[in-house]
Amino acid sequence: MNTFRNFITSIRSFLFETGELAFFAGRFFKEVFNRPFEWKEFARQCYHIGNKSLFLVAVTGFIIGLVFTLQSRPKMIELGAVAWLPSMVSISIIREIGPIITALICAGRIGSGIGAELGSMRVTEQIDAMEVSGTNPFKFLVVTRILATTLMIPLLVIMSDAVALFGSFLVENIKGDVSFTLYFDEVFRAIQFSDFFPATLKTFFFGFAIGLVGCYKGYYCKHGTAGVGKTANAAVVEASMLVFILDFTAVLVTDIFTS
Amino acid sequence: MNSDRKPVIIIKNLSKTFGDHKVLNQFTMELYEGETLVIMGKSGSGKSVMIRCLIGLENHDGGQITIMGKNLDTMDAATLNEIRTEVGFLFQGSALYDSMSVRENLEFPLRRHFKKFGEIGDATPLVMEALDSVGLGQTIDLMPEELSGGMKRRIAMARTLILKPKIILYDEPTTGLDPITSKEIVLLMKSIQQTYKTSSIVITHDVDCARFIADRMILLIDGVNYAEGTYEELDRSQDPKIQAFFKK
Ligand SMILES: Nc1ncnc2c1ncn2[C@@H]1O[C@H](COP(=O)(O)OP(=O)(O)OP(=O)(O)O)[C@@H](O)[C@H]1O
Ligand SMILES: [Mg+2]
Repeated sequence: MNTFRNFITSIRSFLFETGELAFFAGRFFKEVFNRPFEWKEFARQCYHIGNKSLFLVAVTGFIIGLVFTLQSRPKMIELGAVAWLPSMVSISIIREIGPIITALICAGRIGSGIGAELGSMRVTEQIDAMEVSGTNPFKFLVVTRILATTLMIPLLVIMSDAVALFGSFLVENIKGDVSFTLYFDEVFRAIQFSDFFPATLKTFFFGFAIGLVGCYKGYYCKHGTAGVGKTANAAVVEASMLVFILDFTAVLVTDIFTS
Repeated sequence: MNSDRKPVIIIKNLSKTFGDHKVLNQFTMELYEGETLVIMGKSGSGKSVMIRCLIGLENHDGGQITIMGKNLDTMDAATLNEIRTEVGFLFQGSALYDSMSVRENLEFPLRRHFKKFGEIGDATPLVMEALDSVGLGQTIDLMPEELSGGMKRRIAMARTLILKPKIILYDEPTTGLDPITSKEIVLLMKSIQQTYKTSSIVITHDVDCARFIADRMILLIDGVNYAEGTYEELDRSQDPKIQAFFKK
């Protein structure tokens, strides 16, 4: 009985939270067209996001490409399909593995960073101080950060894809003596526009979701400094969930259009 | 006794409720030009809420606030911003932007209120002037995390002063500081008041600070203006609720 009640409560708070988040997104779309745009802060955020995640995303991408190829190679040889390896690896990476891994890393790194930063600004009244200094804090802090993640995460994904393919090429080169030109000829023959376009499009939504959740959590942070840690944590969990939901939706939609 | 002086802030029957918690209940007060008004009240009595309503950071549910002859409720955003350049706010925890250096912290309000001040090229002279008036000129290129609590409080004061406000609102300026640093801050507040001829509202728990700085005091108890008078008048009162604040 108690479990049931808990279940109902969590459903209710989930719906409430979703509504609030939608409302927050609505405010973003209202204020994003409000002149003047905070270019300087936007540029600073873009730099910050890139700088913060570039290395991590690159290393992860490289290792994924390497390991993925190492793991599939024996099976492909057994099936006599080792010539297909570059196409298989590149399609998996570009369609799914690159976007989702990068988005999850960014949810952990950028989403929590934004949540903690805005959260601590909220509880130490820095956001209020901005407001009395003739600044709209939503526009200055939230709009710039959401736009920055929306722009930067697709770029990070593309870079991660490239590094992962390079990692995969290294394995092929060392183990199978495949040349650079041959490998990437195979890759580019395999990848179609219909692989690349939806996969890239969805990463803009991932970026938007990560920025949105981080900002939402931080902007409404409560309960003093102890709340900041919880806020950062909740931002990661919710941003990751949202990324999975968006990914699933994207795959469904792509499936309808391509079949 | 104040009938000959001009009120710069008038709060009339201010009410504010959070959920079913009535924090302010018909609170009424005035601030006169050039005076320092100290507001005392227990923790959680709604002092911060009151002062936040005053500067439009929090909406009130009832009552009327008039700042320098203008009604806060009917004010448009531009006028509110204009008022905010005249009314400085010192936040309870200093609220320095910790991603910015001291210089950027001070330049921020100056550049943001550009409608009033115009485009400012090199703001260094103005920043230095404000920093010198709190005695911390040498910290201009430091980050907030490199400063002590007392220094942060002074930098926050400089950030307020840089706009040359006519009114300053201090939310617990000495809380969290040791007695000696508190004393320095209070002295600084007094000298600012004398140099810039500002009117101020000071929220504090600190009886020594109140005695030193207050021209007039208000006790905020149960959401109302419970008692009003000079330090001596209130200190002499026999009312146990008032006495509770002054007992040594
Ligand atoms: N945003 C809010 N939501 C709900 N309740 C609030 C909010 N802000 C303040 N309160 C409540 O209003 C009451 C007054 O708070 P306030 O911060 O004004 O107290 P204070 O007099 O400044 O106390 P202190 O001396 O500790 O700073 C408190 O009980 C607080 O819980
Ligand atoms: Mg307070």
